[in-house]
Amino acid sequence: MSSNVTRPAFSCSEVNRGLTNIGPETHPLTWRYSTHGQSILDIKTYEAMEGYAALRKALTEMKPADVQAEIKASGLRGRGGAGFPTGVKWSLIPMGPDAGAKYMVCNADEMEPGTFKDRMLMETNPHQLVESMIVSAYAIQAKRAYIFLRGEYIEAAERLNAAIQEAHAAGYLGENILGSGWGVDLMVHTGAGRYICGEETALINSLEGRRANPRSKPPFPQIAGLWGRPTIVNNVETVSNVPAILLRGADWFKGLSQGLSGDAGTKLYGVSGRVKHPGLWELPIGITCRELLYNHAGGMREGLEMVTWLPGGASTDFLMPEHLDLAMDYDTIMKNGSRLGTGLIMVVDNRHNIVSVVRNLEQFFARESCGWCTPCRDGLPWTVKLLQSIEAGQGQAGDLETLDQMTRFLGPGKTFCALAPGAMEPLQSALKFFRPEFEKGIAAADSQQSGNSFR
Amino acid sequence: MNKIILTQRGAPYEMAAEDRAEIEHSLHHYDDPRAASIDALKVIQRRHGWVPNNAIREIALILQIPDSDVEGVATFYNRIYRSPVGRHVITVCDSIGCFLTGFEEVYAALQQRLGIKPGQTTSDNRFTLIPTCCLGACDRGPVLMINDDTYFNLTVDQLDALLEKYA
Ligand SMILES: Cc1cc2nc3c(=O)[nH]c(=O)nc-3n(C[C@H](O)[C@H](O)[C@H](O)COP(=O)(O)O)c2cc1C
Ligand code: SF4
Ligand code: FES
Repeated sequence: MSSNVTRPAFSCSEVNRGLTNIGPETHPLTWRYSTHGQSILDIKTYEAMEGYAALRKALTEMKPADVQAEIKASGLRGRGGAGFPTGVKWSLIPMGPDAGAKYMVCNADEMEPGTFKDRMLMETNPHQLVESMIVSAYAIQAKRAYIFLRGEYIEAAERLNAAIQEAHAAGYLGENILGSGWGVDLMVHTGAGRYICGEETALINSLEGRRANPRSKPPFPQIAGLWGRPTIVNNVETVSNVPAILLRGADWFKGLSQGLSGDAGTKLYGVSGRVKHPGLWELPIGITCRELLYNHAGGMREGLEMVTWLPGGASTDFLMPEHLDLAMDYDTIMKNGSRLGTGLIMVVDNRHNIVSVVRNLEQFFARESCGWCTPCRDGLPWTVKLLQSIEAGQGQAGDLETLDQMTRFLGPGKTFCALAPGAMEPLQSALKFFRPEFEKGIAAADSQQSGNSFR
Repeated sequence: MNKIILTQRGAPYEMAAEDRAEIEHSLHHYDDPRAASIDALKVIQRRHGWVPNNAIREIALILQIPDSDVEGVATFYNRIYRSPVGRHVITVCDSIGCFLTGFEEVYAALQQRLGIKPGQTTSDNRFTLIPTCCLGACDRGPVLMINDDTYFNLTVDQLDALLEKYA
């Protein structure tokens, strides 16, 4: 396996292209990278840019309950896809002297197709995540913290491990941090593939060295998680907001959305597909997709038209051009039949056949199913087969109705985790918006009668 | 990956001392030895390119868990290989982001140049080709990895030069 090939030159997503006036007051997640002009890899540079100031403040001026209260008041919601209020999640963790061992876990598995935001945060600013994890661990009084990082993120692993070493040497990790009497250790655990590891209970099983099947809930991880102990799992982007909230306050964080949304803070938005300038932008939560796509990503490439878009990953419902003016926040996108998901949009242009697009999506889900629940394990490969025959113009009468049925049989509440319902979101919305495209793939009735059934 | 597996189950596995030390060290990262199973499989795979049968038992002995549990883990995760692979493993993202930017053309050209289908190894044992899900760089698709190196914005005419780098 070894090779003497030199590693390809490091390359990062384009971040905040075209944005001006980037600073700590407006861009808590990316201002350091954007103003420094390159990744912040050494602790001195990070410290010179307010680095570890929030940790110092938390450990010297705030009790764990104060940190939790500030996060709750800030309105921060989980950026891993579900949008669950972070402060509420934290408040479910048992506190007090009898609470025993607890764990803080960062979900850095980032495998939702279309998503590349956590990679950027870790590659450009590893100390920011390290500080965020230490402060979050303090808030819940965890004895140990883990970053569950997907194995393919080689640079992120190297950079995080180097940052952890520097943080140890500087007294920010280990025992008695900053003389507070409290201490924690932080470890990077690298995975070995499989999308399902991102589901938080599957992630816990994986971290325990088991197959990454999700767990039946309840109990939720806040009560019984890693090794049966109370555990918080938060996404990279979620925890990365924590230090800035402690430094500048919950009210400042709420104001970041500039009244565009009832949600608080900024969001890392991204655009991919055949647009002029794909990339990532940190913007007030609640900007419209139109602004993101046309003002920031430059619109479609020459000669292409947008047909439909996915607002936040493979497991979100398609939205249409008429939805471009919706605020990209959790509640608005939900009310309009989809989910914000990870907030990184994918644009489908007019050169694509929508049936092929959906077939590709369902192939992904079919392959990544962990196999525990029958509807998911058997329904997804069946869905793929139906889509393949429709794509080839050989669908049979009743196939679309079978697909409709799948969206119910694999829908919410039928399986142990959200993979199967997530897989049905693009399918059900495509069947709703593009039904004639699917109908075109149903072979004419007479060719079916003439024995065209050997599939 | 249709190779004959040369190492027979039952033959003792001679674990390299530094591999054993590394696995034993990683036990300290967790509250339960089982948690080191993925780390251990990776250590073995780094040495052989894949995980031979009899190494499963050796890992199980170190972690004090049943062989079948180690095997269960080894076969679950797609980046642990339980059959031999070529000297270089190419993993191509076939998820929707790269689909939208045209990975299929690059993937077909790659198969044609290597003369193999996904899941196979070239007859000179140089490359194994495997599809994988989103590599987290959808803004720069199509994307693939060769071993630990990631390549972005791929086009068909770059492929020859790219493969040349891996002897
Ligand atoms: C199939 C599946 C895959 C998921 N993958 C990820 C992931 O890669 N990263 C992530 O942060 N959350 C992922 N999630 C969501 C997590 O289960 C969990 O909600 C999240 O980590 C909670 O963090 P947050 O509250 O900070 O968003 C996934 C969920 C499912 C059902
Ligand atoms: S829904 Fe699918 S991925 Fe989720 S637990 Fe069931 S079988 Fe596994
Ligand atoms: S879909 Fe290929 S890198 Fe994300």
